Amino acid sequence: MSSIATHPGRQPGRQPGGVPTRLRVNNRDHVLELDPRTTLLDALREHLHLTGTKKGCDQGQCGACTVIVNGRRANSCLTLAVMHDGDDITTVEGLGTPEALHPMQKAFVEHDGFQCGYCTPGQILSAVCVLGEIEAGIPSHVTGALTAAPTCSDAEIRERMSGNICRCAAYPNIIAAIREVAGGRS
Amino acid sequence: MRAFTYERAETAAEAVAAVARTPGARFIAGGTNLLDLMKLEIETPTHLVDVNRLGLDHVEETGDGGLRIGALVRNTDLAADPRVRRDYGVLSRAIVAGASGQLRNRATTGGNLMQRTRCPYFYDTAMPCNKREPGTGCAALGGLSHNHAILGSSEACIATHPSDMAVALRALDATVETMAPDGSGRSIAIADFHRLPGDTPHIETVLGPGELITAVTLPPPRGGIHLYRKVRERASYAFANVAVALVAKVRSGRVVVDRLAFGGLAHKPWRVEAAERLFAEGEDAAADPIADLVLAGARPTEHNAYKLPLVRRTLAATLDTARQGETS
Repeated sequence: MSSIATHPGRQPGRQPGGVPTRLRVNNRDHVLELDPRTTLLDALREHLHLTGTKKGCDQGQCGACTVIVNGRRANSCLTLAVMHDGDDITTVEGLGTPEALHPMQKAFVEHDGFQCGYCTPGQILSAVCVLGEIEAGIPSHVTGALTAAPTCSDAEIRERMSGNICRCAAYPNIIAAIREVAGGRS
Repeated sequence: MRAFTYERAETAAEAVAAVARTPGARFIAGGTNLLDLMKLEIETPTHLVDVNRLGLDHVEETGDGGLRIGALVRNTDLAADPRVRRDYGVLSRAIVAGASGQLRNRATTGGNLMQRTRCPYFYDTAMPCNKREPGTGCAALGGLSHNHAILGSSEACIATHPSDMAVALRALDATVETMAPDGSGRSIAIADFHRLPGDTPHIETVLGPGELITAVTLPPPRGGIHLYRKVRERASYAFANVAVALVAKVRSGRVVVDRLAFGGLAHKPWRVEAAERLFAEGEDAAADPIADLVLAGARPTEHNAYKLPLVRRTLAATLDTARQGETS
């Protein structure tokens, strides 16, 4: 990490002619000067060295780059960092620590909700938000009556997690992990 | 991605002025389609004007009892709005049938209408495409066309419009409100907003250069049962092969079609008003005669002729679902 940070060609946050951008990431403020082409994903990984957020397809199809922006999940590969001046961003590094895992991280470990682990940060951040979206009453494609509150069923979780692909197909265990956290809340 | 400059506008007037004074400038809202295309250098703006902070992110009631949806209202928020869920269910249903939770959180009402086709030949810069490079030809015509248009297509382009939301807006007779570079506004009926490809498939809407969508308005609620049935190649997170938006009244087990529009069939949402009036009040609507009228003039390819029976069956299934309900 330090070798990257000190490499003369890779001075993070210092690009001539860049757009000054304030990002609050995991409760820490950063001011970066960014080429406008920098996606939020690349700003997190290449400039702030928060490599927990993964680059999978880089075109919004796989969900590995999912982060939480102002409380809502988003594909960080399909948004420009400069569009997020002043925004509050949570990555997997800000969710829990190795010593004090977030309940969703703990449940993924306990239920073996991954194999290779590459999609896991995105899965976990998405899962945290899915439970929030169900609690907030946001409907999904499988919600019955639109005027009733959605329930936290397997079908609802599957549908709402469809933007996170797992090539190892750990889906049954991912559902089990999310169900456990959901059960603990209700 | 090609280099571009960036600025953030605070008002709609500022945004249209900024785009007008910079050749090659584009608006950016959610960015979920534009950035994708910029990475492939299919879209190559020289300057981006960020319209995310124009304050156009509210759903308000209009004087006539309808709704005015700000252009920057996110798809998630529109689908979850209690008034939309209660009175315009077909719109909520259509929105949540599209994309993923992450994308709907970013994608906007105006941007959804402006999204471009997902025709694989439009995306493949090694192939000819009249939409991407006018005059080069259409690779889909002789290529793999299983999810291309069967209605309203041309020799120049057989792409479909990918939006689910737009199909519901077409059924609901929405109006698109815009601001021109000189600051003047106009209203465009959703029926007229998207164009058929003809011999200019690269021109997809009737918007002028630098014209900005500011809102989408819905007329007063029509009541009835609201359904959106989407057939696709996976259970979730895929574009439609065929989609049916239906608003219907149901009395004594008889379905009276009020509004009917289709997705996945053409370069724009497809609605044949005469097909909605085929059955008189009190008769039970049957799928086949309606589908005959909707599909009149269909020109499928060898790969997508399956859409003809699929339209019939999807419509029949949607009418069956409606029949199980009852409206006052």
